[in-house]
Amino acid sequence: MIRIVVGPEDFDIAVETRRVAGQGGGAIASFIGQVRDDGNLASLELEHYPAMTEKALTAIAEQALSDWPLHAVTIIHRVGKLVVGDNIVLVLTASDHREAAMESCSFIMDRLKTVAPFWKKETRADGATKWIEERPSDIEAAGKWKN
Amino acid sequence: MARSLNIIYFAWVRERLGIDQEEVALADDIETIGDVVTLLAERGAGYADIFSDTGKLRFALDQDYGIAATPIGSASELAIFPPVTGG
Repeated sequence: MIRIVVGPEDFDIAVETRRVAGQGGGAIASFIGQVRDDGNLASLELEHYPAMTEKALTAIAEQALSDWPLHAVTIIHRVGKLVVGDNIVLVLTASDHREAAMESCSFIMDRLKTVAPFWKKETRADGATKWIEERPSDIEAAGKWKN
Repeated sequence: MARSLNIIYFAWVRERLGIDQEEVALADDIETIGDVVTLLAERGAGYADIFSDTGKLRFALDQDYGIAATPIGSASELAIFPPVTGG
C-alpha cells in the first residue's frame, strides 16, 4: 500500500509507523529528514510543483514496490516555511525482513533527492536568501541503484 | 492551426523572470522543448540570461521529465526549473 502526502502540515512519526506496521511484515525502516542547524540559518522555504509532485513520489514508491518485497511505502514531504529542527521528509517501508526495508528506504530517498520537484530556499539570520544548489553526492547516490 | 503552450517556472527561474507562468504561441517550426527554450532565449536580456545556459535547467512536459530533444507533441504544459533540491 502506498501513502503519499505533500503539504505544510507536520507528521506524527508514531502514527505513521503504526499505520505502516498494520499492513504486515515485521521489518519497518524509516528515514526522517529535518532542517539542519548549520550556524545562522533563519528559515527554509520549500517550493514544489503541485501538479507533478505526487505523481513523481508515487512513481518512486511504485518502483520500490516492484523491486523489493514490500507491504507498505509511506512518503511524506512538507512544503512552505520551515525552521531549524522542523521535520521535512518521512519515508517508511515495511517488509518481512530488514534488508528489503532498509534498502528500499535508502533507494526512495536517493531517488527523491534527484527527481521529486521540490526546491529549497534558505534565509540567513542577516536576511540574505539563497536557493540551495544540487549536490554532486546526491546525484552519485541516486546513480548507484540500477533501476 | 495556431498552437500554444502554458509555460510554468519554479524557484530562481520564477523569481528572476518575475512571473510564474505564461502562455506562449508556437509557430509550426517549434517541435521540441529545445526549440521552445531557444524561442524564450531570444525574447530579450532577462530571458537570454536564463535560457541560454540550459545546463542549469530541467524540463517537464505535462509533468514528466523531458530533455531538449523531447517533442512537444500535443502537450499543454511545459515546466522549466533548476535541478531539484528536496528531501
